[in-house]
Amino acid sequence: MPIQLSNVTHTYSEGSAFQATAIRNVNLTIEDGEFIAVIGHTGSGKSTLVQHLNGLLKPTSGTILIDGEDLNGEKTDRRRIRQKVGLVFQYPEYQLFEETVAKDIAFGPKNLGLTDEEIDQRVRRAMAHVHLDYDKYAERSPFELSGGQMRRVAIAGVLAMEPKVLILDEPTAGLDPKGRDRILSMVQELHAQGGVTVIMVSHSMDDVARLATRLIVMSKGEVVATGTPREIFQQVDMMKKIHLGVPEAAKLCALLRARGIDLPADLYTPQELQECLLAKWKEAHPC
Amino acid sequence: MLKNITMGQYYPVDSFVHRLDPRIKIVLTIAFIVAVFMVHSLVGYAIVLGFVYLTSRMANIPFKMLTKGLKPLRFILILTFILNLFFTTEGTTLLRLGFIHITVEGLSQAVHYSLRLMFLVVGTSLLTLTTSPIMLSDGIELLLSPLKRFHFPAHELGMMMSIALRFIPTLLEETDKIQKAQMARGADFESGNLLQRAKAMVPLLVPLFVSAFRRAGDLAMAMEARCYHGGEHRTRMRVLKITQHDYLACAAMAGLILLIVVEGLIL
Amino acid sequence: MDERIKVEQVSFTYEEAEDPALTDIDMKVQPGEFVAVLGHNGSGKSTLAKLINALYIPTQGAVVVCGLDTRDEDRVWDIRQQAGMIFQNPDNQIVATVVKEDVAFGLENLGVPTEDMPARIESALAAVRMNEFADSAPHMLSGGQKQRVAIAGILAMEPSVIIADEATAMLDPSGRKEVLDTVRRLNRQKGITVVWITHFMEEAAQADRVVVVNQGRIARMGTPREVFQHIDEMRELHLDVPHMTALSAQLCKGGMPLPQGILTVEEMAEEVCKLLCPSN
Repeated sequence: MPIQLSNVTHTYSEGSAFQATAIRNVNLTIEDGEFIAVIGHTGSGKSTLVQHLNGLLKPTSGTILIDGEDLNGEKTDRRRIRQKVGLVFQYPEYQLFEETVAKDIAFGPKNLGLTDEEIDQRVRRAMAHVHLDYDKYAERSPFELSGGQMRRVAIAGVLAMEPKVLILDEPTAGLDPKGRDRILSMVQELHAQGGVTVIMVSHSMDDVARLATRLIVMSKGEVVATGTPREIFQQVDMMKKIHLGVPEAAKLCALLRARGIDLPADLYTPQELQECLLAKWKEAHPC
Repeated sequence: MLKNITMGQYYPVDSFVHRLDPRIKIVLTIAFIVAVFMVHSLVGYAIVLGFVYLTSRMANIPFKMLTKGLKPLRFILILTFILNLFFTTEGTTLLRLGFIHITVEGLSQAVHYSLRLMFLVVGTSLLTLTTSPIMLSDGIELLLSPLKRFHFPAHELGMMMSIALRFIPTLLEETDKIQKAQMARGADFESGNLLQRAKAMVPLLVPLFVSAFRRAGDLAMAMEARCYHGGEHRTRMRVLKITQHDYLACAAMAGLILLIVVEGLIL
Repeated sequence: MDERIKVEQVSFTYEEAEDPALTDIDMKVQPGEFVAVLGHNGSGKSTLAKLINALYIPTQGAVVVCGLDTRDEDRVWDIRQQAGMIFQNPDNQIVATVVKEDVAFGLENLGVPTEDMPARIESALAAVRMNEFADSAPHMLSGGQKQRVAIAGILAMEPSVIIADEATAMLDPSGRKEVLDTVRRLNRQKGITVVWITHFMEEAAQADRVVVVNQGRIARMGTPREVFQHIDEMRELHLDVPHMTALSAQLCKGGMPLPQGILTVEEMAEEVCKLLCPSN
């Protein structure tokens, strides 16, 4: 279910004194099975962009095709498309409202008008995806859980719609290292085993380097670069110019190259760097 | 973006009227309402209209802004007019057409009541257009503070009003976000009958309340950490001072009332 | 020299809870020190922060801040004036609708005369470089800016300690840097003692001392270098170590003689260069 954006522009409060263009002339194609990370400084338009992908925001101009269908066409059933393109907002635990975890996760499937049996199946599947034990948690109040667990319940609520594309807006914001790792490994599993296309907005270059197959770099409402992490993270200067960092390994690689150590320019994960440096060391000190 | 909404209907320009002490403005607004009720002739209303017009000019507020405030009230105005016109049956008959019976007194009462209502709205709009919500809450707090002697919580009331003002934009933004998040899960806020729509609000209202309580708890702790312990021994950064301009404004209002009284005696 | 903060044999149990949130905590903070407190969610690190500010009173033991015992009810306001606190959510600690009025809030509570306020507000806003926003509405600011306003609100009260309870947790990387840099500058230039509660290892790496809290007890205490050397132990506590510390440990395992406890990219580049640079 490819998503295609052509010349998408969004202006808030058009015509008023507060008019502000959040994204400008965005052209993108997102293919099935990609793991895309959207990176950019706060206010670069990342959140506005992802809200267009399931029709929560309408472009001021330009078109969005989902599976070849115009998302904002007059006859398009946007609620049907929202089911296929799931969106997890920032701090999604703040949207929980039901008495029990199971009921909250069932909210989406219920809106789809599914049978009770199907709903129950979906709730169980969604809870398994986010590593919450059904027997232990299904009947508990979501408000009694820890912050990390609440977030997983909220994500399960979107997963229960069984979307083909999953968009996550900073899914690890505010969590501790353990919580961060849990969410990220869960997303990774969904992508690798569930065949879900993932689009993740993130501020952590190290996470992005580890997970994404392609990066979309945004600055001031425009897409300034797209490419594999390897392609993007070599461009240390470009990233600096738009106030973004690169993973620490890429930074170290650039520093060492500047000092005259002969390393490939495109290293960006600690593992690669470790292998390269050890190889160099063994070369210099054959024992 | 919801972030940018203007609060209340404050019209942020600088003017003589904007700079007046909010306490004086509140008192003068009340005096104005009393003055309007003292008017008994069309000439009197013309004087009041002139006063309102002059004030709006001095406040740098387009006259249109004032009349805009009347728009949501047009049905009530029309209703007031019609009720008074048709249901006052005593007095000199002006027109009798089948069951319709209009008297001179009815017509005059209809005109009076609708004009009074209009001026009432215009007068209070003048207050809210020229006074920021925070100044308004300050003014109310200070005007009520003599009641502290009778254990009236004037300080707490003022603090509540200003915190409410501070959190309105935050909560509006949050409402927008929760609404979108539930729409992403297939929620429908737009269709269905009244009952269905009310039910559809639950997924929006519950998280909003939960969040408001959480914020209230956090804020209470943050206020305590910054040594907040009620209104006792508390000083204020914003001190309201009555200036000559305020006396001038009072004199103008006194002039208006005097004119109305004199006009009532002559005519 | 006298300690700025002295936590002696402190245990704390929440009213409705059975198990204590903190047990036998002993910790001293010297004037001018920058101490980071690390721990995963629920480890008790926020509770510790609130004990120092007298928002909570220890169930057992004593917390003494600037020579004042938090159990002494008459001195609560003095303690809170001395030890200012910033919290996690930038939105939920700003009281007023205008920046400078929010900075004034603490001063109003302390009963500072009105005529003294403008100067104190101005210098507090200048110290966090937010002067130009004095008349702005807080909801129009970024997260990092809001936190700086919160810091200014505390600075105006002229404290000797700042306690930051995960003040960067909800910010983006540039906001985090902005806030940490501000507090570090105040620590260096004004000698304000800082207790910095966080779960970002890179932030803790910049502290003079790190205290690791786990299940309500102090698990480890020392300089960042000492603490982060224990990579396996930190991971067991569901914490992490800075990326460079982890990488240097791996390189050591592979035979490269790097010193232990490397924390930053710059240090790492320096040390690797000593071994591999062509000129050496």
